[in-house]
Amino acid sequence: MKAEQNGAPLVSVRDLKTYYSIRGSFGSRLIGREAGSVRAVDDVTFDLRQGEVLGLVGESGSGKTTLGRTLLGLVKATSGSVIFEGRDVTKLSERDLREHRRRMQIVFQDPHASLNPAMTIGQSVGHPLTIHGVVNSREQVRARVAEALEHVGLAPAEQFFDKYPGDLSGGQKQRAVIARAIILNPVLLVADEPVSMLDMSVRAKILDLMLALKRDFELTYLYITHDLATAKFFCDRIAIMYLGRIVEIGPSEAIYENPKHPYTQALLRAIPEPDPLRVIPRDLPRGEVPDASRPPLGCNFHPRCPKAFEVCGWEARDLAELLERRWAFMGAEQYERERAVFGDLDALAKDALTVSLKTRDRRQGEELLAILELMRDEDPDEPFWKGVRRLHADEQHVEIEWWEPIDPRLLPADGVSVECHLYDEEALVEAERRRSAEAAVPAS
Amino acid sequence: MRAVDGVSLDIGAGEVLGLVGESGCGKSTLGRGILGLLPEGAVSDGEVRYAGRDIVTASAKELRGLRGPELGLIFQEPMTRLNPLMRIEDHFAEALKRHEPDLNKREVQRRSLETLGRMGIPPTRFRQYPYEFSGGMRQRIMIALALVLRPKLLVADEPTTALDVIVEAQILGILADLKREFGTALLLITHNLGIIAEACDRVAVMYAGRIVEEGPARQLFADPAHPYTRELLRSTISLETTELHSIAGAPPNLIEPPSGCRFHPRCPDAMEVCPRKFPIPVRLEGGRRTECWLHGPEQEIPPGTTRPLERERLAVADEG
Repeated sequence: MKAEQNGAPLVSVRDLKTYYSIRGSFGSRLIGREAGSVRAVDDVTFDLRQGEVLGLVGESGSGKTTLGRTLLGLVKATSGSVIFEGRDVTKLSERDLREHRRRMQIVFQDPHASLNPAMTIGQSVGHPLTIHGVVNSREQVRARVAEALEHVGLAPAEQFFDKYPGDLSGGQKQRAVIARAIILNPVLLVADEPVSMLDMSVRAKILDLMLALKRDFELTYLYITHDLATAKFFCDRIAIMYLGRIVEIGPSEAIYENPKHPYTQALLRAIPEPDPLRVIPRDLPRGEVPDASRPPLGCNFHPRCPKAFEVCGWEARDLAELLERRWAFMGAEQYERERAVFGDLDALAKDALTVSLKTRDRRQGEELLAILELMRDEDPDEPFWKGVRRLHADEQHVEIEWWEPIDPRLLPADGVSVECHLYDEEALVEAERRRSAEAAVPAS
Repeated sequence: MRAVDGVSLDIGAGEVLGLVGESGCGKSTLGRGILGLLPEGAVSDGEVRYAGRDIVTASAKELRGLRGPELGLIFQEPMTRLNPLMRIEDHFAEALKRHEPDLNKREVQRRSLETLGRMGIPPTRFRQYPYEFSGGMRQRIMIALALVLRPKLLVADEPTTALDVIVEAQILGILADLKREFGTALLLITHNLGIIAEACDRVAVMYAGRIVEEGPARQLFADPAHPYTRELLRSTISLETTELHSIAGAPPNLIEPPSGCRFHPRCPDAMEVCPRKFPIPVRLEGGRRTECWLHGPEQEIPPGTTRPLERERLAVADEG
């Protein structure tokens, strides 16, 4: 079932970025202020080899769907290239894109929304043939549609031709969608969560069908999913995405047996398995995927990462989160007492490396510093404190300085590639240098 | 249409019962029936006894009194259940004032913040609006909103389906701790057997409006009694899956369900008796029960009808 690992690249994605710009308020547009952008795909590089199944795995907001759509030219790339059959898809005109899509098709998640309810199954499945002008006569269309329907198991085809999507079950609809996708004989199929909306007892049948089609038509798949279990079964290689970036990519066996990135490790541990004897560990990453319009400094995963250290990009916003977590689980009186020392917390809302926190009243600087030091003493393993370079109090302020962030790079490690400082020799050396520098100059 | 048809189920105080089934099996309808929340036009028969009172025959006013302080509900989509124009603070004030009108303002705030805190929502965000929270945080707020009234029973209908896997695990941890932290019993409705295995003491498996098997989670997963339970477990794709398996056919139409056992057209073990006679619930050892002729009772099976049932082969694409 698994394809050869060393096929020629069918698609080469290089430094691809797809940003969505945010429309600001009328006022901010009037004065020409930029409202910013969402970095849905943020500098991604990989190859899709002929005949393989590459799984693009990530949670909602990871950019996996945008990446799939950029490959098809359904979304315009901001920069970078997607080379497919010798041409850069990101630079194709609308007319050339149409030609391109004959070779590359997509299956969407929701089969109920993918079929026009006013068109019969025969019309829907045959539609690409007329759009692309591949066949001339009605008889030819009908013959090709019948062939495609039989291929996806909607047999005898005669029974399905004149049915409407409403007459079909979810699994049957997804089969019709797949028939429509293969009717032009594409070489690449982008399948975006093709089984996620289907019942458990049906998922296996659709995956089986996709495997059979891959064999029969020598297809290459990009399988986009949030589900690590189906990806493990289905894919030759896996790319794990987090907040617009590929954080780990490699052969499936390597990723599942020996996950390297702390995010991949967390994902694999968090899956609820149908085995009552296995319990999900409680030490999972905290929080949720951050806002992609304001990604964290350094490594995108650092605020949630249990293994983050000096170089990972600690910053002011991380202190705001740390305080919120502390206060959530604290009794009301103690919270009131602590909160009364802190003035405005707005200074912590920015991605700053130095912050001067003002206390609410005069002469509370030492008190605020004491709270921060207490937090550090109570939880010395909290990775956040590794990122703090200096803490200093004066009468009404506490100044906090964090270490400069280093952006992680996707580097090879044991047969996979991973974007994490834990596997980057230079970053480890720099972290060690910072640790010894800190030891030499004790915090004031 | 009989969405729920002749179901018997007990939930003990402080227990976590999982109700699992595929879409359209009636599990959500059953959950709502327990809370007296069925839509207009629904006809129900039988009884739902909660601490000695019958919910099916209770008046609308009695039900309002029960919901909240006694029975709570958590839905799948946390965003659509919070009012976008109301601050989190106001959601809690409304719920508490309605059911405990004697609480003063300070008490309302204290109770709300304490419950929110236990769900990991800090007091700094008490005055924010729903849109300012992430999906997981909104679900924590929904759970806190149900728990602030200290219900004895909470019904959670697919509470993690819209969430990411790590956040889902966080919420499952919270639900699994409800008993210890709040003494609340939980009916957890889901299609995901992994979630059942993670969070539940007991499991009820639903198929076509019937509970076909029920028992302690460990035994049920290790040794399923009903063929549907077994096939559902086999077709679940997990990290351990090495080959694909699916159940032939599709869940039946509940307007005209199959005769006899409703699973017989898809059942690999079907016998001649199965389409003829409705199976009788059988108690098995270890507090388990099932309704399947494979488990008898033998005296009720007409002689000579235990031969395998001969059927037309199901078409490949005849699926749900």
